[in-house]
Amino acid sequence: MQYKSATTHQSRPEFGIVEASNLCKSFGAARALCDVSFRIDPGEFVAVLGANGAGKTTLIRLLAGLARPSSGEIFIKGLSVRRHPSETRRAVGVMSHHIYLYDDLTAEENLRFYARMFEAPQARAETLLKEVGLWEHRRKRIRTFSRGMAQRVSLARALLHDPEILLLDEPFTGLDVYAREKFKSMLDKFLDEKRTVILTLHDIDYALEKAQRVLILRHGRLVCDRPVDRLFRTEIMETLLPSEPSLK
Amino acid sequence: MKKSLVILAAFTYIGMTAALYAAFLYAPTERTMGEIQRIFYFHVPAAWVSFLAFAVVFVGGIAFLRTGKSHWDVLAYSAGEVGVFFLTLVLVTGPLWAKPVWNVFWTWDARLTTSLVLWLIFIAYLMLRSSLAGEKGARFAAVFGIIGFLDVPLVYMSIRWWRTLHPAPVLGGKSGSGLETPMLVTLMIALVGFTLLLILLLFINYKISRAEKDLELFEKEWRNGEI
Amino acid sequence: MELRSKEILNGMLLFSLVVAVIFGFIFEPGSEELKTAGPGILWILLVFSGNIGLARSFNREYENAMMQGLLLCPIDRSVIFPAKWIGNMIFISFELLILIPLLVILFDLPLGEHRLSLAAVLLLGVAGYSAVGTLFSTIAAHCRAREVMLPLLLFPVTVPILLAGVKASALMMTDAGLKEAVSWVKILAAVDVIFITASFLLYEHIVEE
Repeated sequence: MQYKSATTHQSRPEFGIVEASNLCKSFGAARALCDVSFRIDPGEFVAVLGANGAGKTTLIRLLAGLARPSSGEIFIKGLSVRRHPSETRRAVGVMSHHIYLYDDLTAEENLRFYARMFEAPQARAETLLKEVGLWEHRRKRIRTFSRGMAQRVSLARALLHDPEILLLDEPFTGLDVYAREKFKSMLDKFLDEKRTVILTLHDIDYALEKAQRVLILRHGRLVCDRPVDRLFRTEIMETLLPSEPSLK
Repeated sequence: MKKSLVILAAFTYIGMTAALYAAFLYAPTERTMGEIQRIFYFHVPAAWVSFLAFAVVFVGGIAFLRTGKSHWDVLAYSAGEVGVFFLTLVLVTGPLWAKPVWNVFWTWDARLTTSLVLWLIFIAYLMLRSSLAGEKGARFAAVFGIIGFLDVPLVYMSIRWWRTLHPAPVLGGKSGSGLETPMLVTLMIALVGFTLLLILLLFINYKISRAEKDLELFEKEWRNGEI
Repeated sequence: MELRSKEILNGMLLFSLVVAVIFGFIFEPGSEELKTAGPGILWILLVFSGNIGLARSFNREYENAMMQGLLLCPIDRSVIFPAKWIGNMIFISFELLILIPLLVILFDLPLGEHRLSLAAVLLLGVAGYSAVGTLFSTIAAHCRAREVMLPLLLFPVTVPILLAGVKASALMMTDAGLKEAVSWVKILAAVDVIFITASFLLYEHIVEE
């Protein structure tokens, strides 16, 4: 099976670095995502917008391999996420409002633990702790950290294995001003490094300023997929606006 | 759909009426136990039917985990509810029968204890279900239902090693527990009647659960302004 | 797979002492009563320590959605269950290792002559109990009333383990000898095999969506 898809990969060089085809996630009659397809090229910086409950988080979870789509398939670097869970997971770094860290371990211990899991060099934990500005706090437990600090450790965690693709689910939520600015500057750095970044957020202005491309979800459907220079603020507002409750 | 429901209900009605008639009028009064023995025609079928319902929970759970289709989950859950209902019936009729015959309401014998443990397991199943909604709840309940059902023979075997007061299995063919023909016929009728009742209840409960789910969804969508 | 913190160890020691003192109130040390209740006490201890160990395990998983964190790692998902199971097993056994000698020293808990086989039976019990426990603690971690839900799910299902375990150890602790206990040990082992296999196979379904 592995051999077969490896050849598929080679025979289809036109694959983007992340490709979703006809993704659906539903349970019974309730659907979170419906027929979502897109293709993202290496180095793209993509913002996913949408009202609450539009399916943004579900999309990130599917891309991260945390949830299985009801139908449809995801390819990361041309490999099916379903068939090659380990390889595709190595290529992505994930950050969400959960920090995925043990409260009772120190920042350093947490990172070393993950470094072992990802088979990344232990020295990488050190470098990253310095990079997110928490080197002097490395011996403190996560429990004692503020939200912003913990989120920064979590970012270091997501970067441990030097992933080509970053999936960020509302990285600015719950952060104080300082942490937010720090974060934004780190995102700029990813941009320079030509990493592929997919992030969901509420901040339209930021999306319009930085992102190259915007995907908008509405009730689980992809209603807009356009480069940012061909998109207007009012247009986005319209799609984000929840319609008034009314009976058929 | 409606027509099949009516037909099923009609058959169940006939079956249950026949069972009542047979149990009270046709079957002879048992020599040593007297009239109270007639409870047997309800006790045993209810136990049988609850076991059948839990088997549906088990099968539905496996099918759900394999396919991810929510109707399997709804079926399993409906069966769980109906099963607990019948098992409660068993646990109530049991002591009523036991008191005059064994002179105690309850003994810690194999089948009694197994039923009680089984009842606890599936009460926990229903509680788990009510405390977790959505797909996650469905998956977790399926997993628990499967383990719970697998547990039944284990509980029974482990408890059976203690000496048991309970009458030996009636249909197992062991000598000394044999029934007179009219009694056997009555039991058979009651079994059929109860099984039909199970299917009917399961059917109705399944419909209700589905409708509930749809309603919930409709409400949610309406509130989100999707309709 | 997981590193343990010091507080838990301290908590464990303290817990053991509290349990020992409580048993001291209930039973006269060295009395006849204690002799008959002995096997029961051992298995109640197992349930106690089991619950503490499992609660620790699921709180850890629950905080910061650590389970998802593990799922992000490029490890085979089928290793998560064995790792957690063995972790829980070690924790519970370790706790029993402190508790039982403590009770023996303080209250002269009669263990009988076949101590090694007794330990083996307890270990079998721990293995099965923590297998189902690992599965159910992950389930309970997602429920609203997590602390209540775990015993509610776990106790009825583990009845066969406790029953067979108590019987086997009771026979070992009296003079009846090992021969009679063997059949109970066999049952216990069979139950273990079924529970462990089922938990292993089903675990995958509860960690992934």
